[in-house]
Amino acid sequence: MLMIRIKAPAKAAKGEVIELKAMIQHKMETGYRRDRYGRQIPKDILRRFECTYNDEVVFRAEFFPAVAANPILVFHTVAKESGSLVFKWIDEAGVEVFDKVELEVV
Amino acid sequence: MSRIESVSLSRRALVKASAVGAVTLFSPQLALASPAAVEKSIASFFDGRIAKQGKVTVKIPPITENGTSVAFMVSVDSPMTLEDHVVRIAVFAEENPVPDIARFELGPRAGIAKVESRIRMNGSQNIRAIAEMNDGSLWSGHAFSIVTLAACLM
Repeated sequence: MLMIRIKAPAKAAKGEVIELKAMIQHKMETGYRRDRYGRQIPKDILRRFECTYNDEVVFRAEFFPAVAANPILVFHTVAKESGSLVFKWIDEAGVEVFDKVELEVV
Repeated sequence: MSRIESVSLSRRALVKASAVGAVTLFSPQLALASPAAVEKSIASFFDGRIAKQGKVTVKIPPITENGTSVAFMVSVDSPMTLEDHVVRIAVFAEENPVPDIARFELGPRAGIAKVESRIRMNGSQNIRAIAEMNDGSLWSGHAFSIVTLAACLM
């Protein structure tokens, strides 16, 4: 399975802007490289990323081969109410991987 | 002694020069993007609307040793309120095989318009970011980095 690392605060004040860091282990193969026999290595990248906060999308990203391997994203959201943040990646075949963290808003 | 030194130096220079030659020989295999191609893909992505300079800040290191993973940050000067916020940001490279790097969708719930990531750079070039506001206006910013080792040859 792909290793996912999420860095998000466990607690935040209502209305506070919190920083979210999401990293996933993925080679993000560009499709431009060749192996040692000269054959083209097929493209294999994550295409999309989505972050939902209590089922509402707060951030979305679309990736191209120019995004480095093990893509990291740092973005922000306003702490509204306690609940869960879901981080989801979708590859070219439509396969989804996700991770979830809980946020307590005080 | 000094003669030997000068010989070894020139050999080093020769090796370096031939390496550079090899890079330039192999590079044309990739149909590279160009500032013109970037303009074209920006125009097609934003339906031909013109972006004004300003509001958008792109940060990449001025000198990059390794183009396979370059720290990248884009921020937009916006209050990110319901009435005035960034809708999306598109990032482009002028010398990569494809001009597109990434696109981000955000909204008033982001609080601040700032995204960080890591990108690949195939050589020294400008990285451009275009931000679209909720009123439909487009703002553009860019940053340049000298890349010693290009990403696409590895």
